[in-house]
Amino acid sequence: MRPNVAALARVGIAVAIIALLPAVVPSFLVFDLIYVAAFSIAILGLVILTGMNGQISLGHGAFMALGGYVVAVLAHSAGWPYWAGILAAMVACGLFGLVFGLIALRLAGVYLALATFSLAVATPSFLKHYKSITGGFGGMSLQPVQAPAGIPTDGQHWLYYVSWAVAGLAFAVSALIVRGKFGRALRALRDNPIAAVSFGVNPYVYKTLAFGWSAVLAGLAGAFYAIPTAYVSPDTFTFALSITLLIGAVLGGISTFWGALVGGIVVEFLPLVAQQINAAAPSVVYGVALILVMMFLPDGIVGGVLRLVYRFRPAPSQPALESSTPSAAPVAVSPQTRE
Amino acid sequence: MTSPVRKAAVGIFATAFALAVTGSTIAPVSAETGVTDTEIVLGGTHPYSGPASAYGNIGKGIGAYFSYVNDHGGVNGRKIKYIDKDDGYSPPQAVQLVHQMVEQDKVFAIFDTLGTAVNTALRPYLNQQGVPHLFVATGASTWGHDYQKFPWTIGWQPDYQAEAILYARDILQNHPKAKIGVLYQNDDYGEDYNAGLKRGLGTHQNMIVKMASYETTDPSVGSQIATLKASGADTFMIFATPKFAIQAMVLAAQQSWHPVTYLNNVSAAVPFMQAAAKAGGPSAVAGVISTIYLKDPANHARYAGDAGMKWYNEIMAKYLPSADKDDGNYLYGVSIGYTMVDVLKRAGKDLTRKKVMDIATNLVEKDNPLAYPGVIIHTSPSFRYPITQMITAKWLATDWSPMGVLVDTRALTMAEK
Repeated sequence: MRPNVAALARVGIAVAIIALLPAVVPSFLVFDLIYVAAFSIAILGLVILTGMNGQISLGHGAFMALGGYVVAVLAHSAGWPYWAGILAAMVACGLFGLVFGLIALRLAGVYLALATFSLAVATPSFLKHYKSITGGFGGMSLQPVQAPAGIPTDGQHWLYYVSWAVAGLAFAVSALIVRGKFGRALRALRDNPIAAVSFGVNPYVYKTLAFGWSAVLAGLAGAFYAIPTAYVSPDTFTFALSITLLIGAVLGGISTFWGALVGGIVVEFLPLVAQQINAAAPSVVYGVALILVMMFLPDGIVGGVLRLVYRFRPAPSQPALESSTPSAAPVAVSPQTRE
Repeated sequence: MTSPVRKAAVGIFATAFALAVTGSTIAPVSAETGVTDTEIVLGGTHPYSGPASAYGNIGKGIGAYFSYVNDHGGVNGRKIKYIDKDDGYSPPQAVQLVHQMVEQDKVFAIFDTLGTAVNTALRPYLNQQGVPHLFVATGASTWGHDYQKFPWTIGWQPDYQAEAILYARDILQNHPKAKIGVLYQNDDYGEDYNAGLKRGLGTHQNMIVKMASYETTDPSVGSQIATLKASGADTFMIFATPKFAIQAMVLAAQQSWHPVTYLNNVSAAVPFMQAAAKAGGPSAVAGVISTIYLKDPANHARYAGDAGMKWYNEIMAKYLPSADKDDGNYLYGVSIGYTMVDVLKRAGKDLTRKKVMDIATNLVEKDNPLAYPGVIIHTSPSFRYPITQMITAKWLATDWSPMGVLVDTRALTMAEK
């Protein structure tokens, strides 16, 4: 396959911006951007699962909770270093995701959404119940991250670079996974399961694997949500978090990886911007923004930008988005209609 | 790389570099962060959205009071700049906002952040930064208890456990044969009340016949009420936040269950009682027992001639004219704001964070205009529970009627340590 120069260039620019941002933005924003990395990774999981494979998850907050708590419990109670805890979180979430993926095979569309939603709703109660492990309602405080000796920066900047390096890795690995046969199979199962199966695509294998990988990403995100906060509690992972993630995916653009990045930015900053606009009713501003985007940018912010680009420029010969929808013109993917 | 791409990349690098250079201008040196000759910057967060949004009015009350202070000469010649954001009752959200306040807005202190989980998440960071974390709006005992580990953090309102002990004493004294059913929120806040109730009952814990918990995400507590009623309980403890407390009173009345009801203070604001009376009829709220440590803005008859209440009404009329001033959350905000300003005033012109903590932990404030008459806000370096006095009160038709005398739970709280 010929490397897509324009796509690589875009990725290069994104990497350069991320690398340079801490030099130009105030330190509190560096802190916020760590959360953007976490949200982007979680939404990437949704892009793969929901956008590419058509399985709706309203329960990714639960996978984030599992990831966050695995890191927290291992660090807090067993003294594990964060990196080992993060790996353990990925493994735990991957296994749990595979199991849940097997259950998900029996459910489709709105039924799957409800099943995953129940997972999200049950999570806080579950965390509260197993007090001796999770610390119960009071949660667990964690050690703030320090930069390793010899690296001349503070813990916050160190964590920023680590989280974005991990996010970059997660995006790169995901791109490799979905670019070939695997990605085609996922999309085929989304668009026309009967045709896909007739062509020899095993739905059990691919749908379960998609769920598993998506859960790995969510667990990773949960770890990078818990570590900067240096605290986990059941209130950290309410069902609202799961909904927020799906909103972020839809607003960013659920059919492209870039949508995950933009979605992460939206999830982190939209509530803050909404407060600036109207301190009295930020949720109203949030809701209005959501409605406006849905009305005017049905394929998300990334989709809207692409439409503008294509309107003023002849379409390039290559699909503009690596591992995106197969057609050159971005198409709104609404999973419900494709079931 | 194609040439336009390279150009774009070079452009971005150049812009970034330029921003880096201009962005790092040196701030003027001042004696203390967040204090200038004309201004004191205070930060805080409240749940203006989410499950606890009823408490957002506390933040609005504080804002109104600070505007009043600024219009009356400020604090030792300085005006208060108050940055108050919506944390949605979410610990990570609060942590991010407070990072921004400390690092970007350069606040002098964080004041009245609300909720036990939120403040537990904020506490290590603020103590590590040496930023005063003052008068947190939660009655968990950890704020007073763990001061040696977190010297920059202090609470304000009475300890939940102490409040529950008062209810237990009232039961033992007036209803010694009671069969107690407890509705509690399944978190640390509910657990604190349960612990207090059990401590207060002492050897009579078997009076508790049933405990039912709910989650803040539950739509209704209907099934819990049915369970409690079925247990044969004749005394009902409501350890719940406003929404669920109102539901509990209404649903009990609808299920024709009329126990002796004790309602925790945090849900006893008059508008909540009125809401319950409206939905469940007068019998839903008649005779409910709670505690008071602040004046009650809805008790118009009792406080008709009260100077503090007149002062409160004037502030509300001028700075929050459209708000329901009968809502005790506003009054809480003005009252806690008064303590904050009092501490800043006592710290004098030469304001430092250290000094403010010293004063907040050596405080005897007898003149808070909105504290219940006789309540003294009182701390020492080794006793950091500012309000320990409460009085039980009974709901009679339209407002709370205090019963008996003001009780100081200081000794109980000391014993708890």
